[in-house]
Amino acid sequence: MADQTEIPISELRRSQPRFNGLDSGHRACLGCGEALAARLVTEAAGPDVMLANATGCLEVFTSAWPETAWRVPWMHSLFENAAAIAAGMESAMKAQGKSTKVIALGGDGGTFDIGFQALSGMLERGHNVLYVCFDNEAYMNTGIQRSSSTPHAAMTTTSPPGQERMGKRHLKKDIVSIVAAHHIPYAATASVAYPSDIRKKVRRAMAINGPSFLHIHSPCPLGWGHDGALSIEVARLAVQCGLFPVIELERGGVAGVMPIRNPKPVRDYLRMQARFRHLFADKAKAREELEHLQAIANHNIDIYGLRGGEPDALDSEGADTVNRGGVRWA
Amino acid sequence: MLQALEGSMAIARTVALCRPQVVAAYPITPQTHIVENISRLVANGELNCELVSVESEFSAASVVLGAAAAGSRAYTASASQGILLMSEVLYNIAGMRVPVVLTCANRAVSAPLSIWNDQQDSMAVRDAGWIQLYCADNQEAVDSTVQAYRIAERTELPVMVCMDGFTLTHTLEVIDIPDQQLVDDYLPPYQFARALDPGSPLSIGTLVSPDYFTESRHTHHEALLQAETEIIAADEDWEILTGRSCGGLVSLEGPEDARIGILSIGSITGTLAAAMETFRDEPAARLIKLRSYRPFPVAALKQACDGLTDLVVMERALSPGSGGIIGIEVRAALAGMQDPPRIHNFAVGLGGRDVPLEIYPRLLAAIREEAPSGFSILDVELDKIDENT
Repeated sequence: MADQTEIPISELRRSQPRFNGLDSGHRACLGCGEALAARLVTEAAGPDVMLANATGCLEVFTSAWPETAWRVPWMHSLFENAAAIAAGMESAMKAQGKSTKVIALGGDGGTFDIGFQALSGMLERGHNVLYVCFDNEAYMNTGIQRSSSTPHAAMTTTSPPGQERMGKRHLKKDIVSIVAAHHIPYAATASVAYPSDIRKKVRRAMAINGPSFLHIHSPCPLGWGHDGALSIEVARLAVQCGLFPVIELERGGVAGVMPIRNPKPVRDYLRMQARFRHLFADKAKAREELEHLQAIANHNIDIYGLRGGEPDALDSEGADTVNRGGVRWA
Repeated sequence: MLQALEGSMAIARTVALCRPQVVAAYPITPQTHIVENISRLVANGELNCELVSVESEFSAASVVLGAAAAGSRAYTASASQGILLMSEVLYNIAGMRVPVVLTCANRAVSAPLSIWNDQQDSMAVRDAGWIQLYCADNQEAVDSTVQAYRIAERTELPVMVCMDGFTLTHTLEVIDIPDQQLVDDYLPPYQFARALDPGSPLSIGTLVSPDYFTESRHTHHEALLQAETEIIAADEDWEILTGRSCGGLVSLEGPEDARIGILSIGSITGTLAAAMETFRDEPAARLIKLRSYRPFPVAALKQACDGLTDLVVMERALSPGSGGIIGIEVRAALAGMQDPPRIHNFAVGLGGRDVPLEIYPRLLAAIREEAPSGFSILDVELDKIDENT
């Protein structure tokens, strides 16, 4: 026994064949995209990390005292300060001469909206922090209210469709471009439908000494109005129709994209979700909004050059398959 | 070593002696000189720390929270609007029982906009769960800053050291800045039992259901009450090393047999002492300097007021629609006394209005009235309020 206790716990945990930073037993809904994405991120990041979590679903479903689902040091402070808490942790690690990587976790509300200033400050000051935004496109923890990440025309409890309105009137904020405008070493988008792509991007960000940003599209079955079993399918369609471009940016410039083999019509993606149900009514306004959303997807495909050519193992059809013995990203 | 130093410079040097590992701050008048001086110490290699020049006070407080939770001694300073912007984080720091030290360069709160001194800012966060120490002069601010780290780290409670903006921060005084060795002997390296560490992971800041919230609040309240012992001990041990005391929780000045007491916090105490010297024809009063406002030292206050017929409570802030803030608390504290003094409650010096030596005879005249006033702003000039404009 005495011999065993002399092995540092951190070493024992490092030698585990597969490390789970976020363990089972948490209270996320069935099919929660955020829970899956958080597990993938912490799995790829490994045990030598410290997490700063913004208020939101992730914080609530993982940490009901006296239980916790986290196997790594984790701290939740407030809604709008995850980036600043992470900056403080990173400064402490620097002051102590430690290499532990600090990761900030936030939802779209905590990132696009209320925590936006702290995020910008952290990026501008060049802290060695990986900021991960789990984007489920509304304030889901408080019960589906619109955020600046909610897609155009989507229904939420504060952007309900009615006689005068067709859901959210405004566009989804282009957060990754704003982040990239800070000219940080690495920013990327990813989707929970492509786990190996997430792992690859996390490892890439972990190796960078400076700020990095990972924006992960994470379906919320409850808020989007689809069956929990369809989360991955819905997320994959968001990428395949061009509404959620999967890209990488270095120092503000586009450095890589996931090509779309055969772009799907946006209606295929929208039709699966109750939040877009009103767009399929037999109304001129509904048809117009569908056209708007298709135009947004087309625009994304054009500006990022997403249209793929020959079938590719790393395109929108290939990247979610595991090719044993063949091409694997991670 | 005795030196003529501006208050802010003295605080910056003292903070450096406490060897903070992370300093985060955002500039705001009248705290700015503190941050500027710390930045200069860092630039010249005289202070080795991570200096994080944040984009807001909200982030300043968040950065020191993250740093202290991750095992580093941390420092920040602010004032006025900055304290209010921080207020959500201030509650959070205290609720998580993370020991950080903050200097509040006391300033009025807008609107109307005023950059000058009163104490509305720290009073506004009275209930955040921090220890609040008020300083009568710059030497006390220096000594209290070192003591604050010891108190914070022993009690796992954050400490706010309050010093009047401009009156102290921008005033040159002869100050004894302690030696590094003395501070090192007094203040051991930062230790935080719940520090975040990948070798032994903890989750902090978790969601707490109604099953545990009450117990958390109770523990926090008890910790603050019990912090009285540490505040006294920190001051006594400091006195052994330096020969100087900051007055523990409450300290007294003036003749013991005085029948009139004047209770005040912050730099106004010095004004009153000087006024008593100047107006020797007036009856002398017992000056009661309340240093520890949180925890509120009820027992010590009762003792300090023993034998008084009249007690004047001076405020540099107010609760509009109610009146004095400290006054109400003092009334409650003394309510159970055998022979409680008549309590007179005044606010003075709001938004930087000068509190001259003549305040002393005015106070004494005001309390000669038959019935004590509930509360009034003593130095309001009603002739300036023209109903026609």
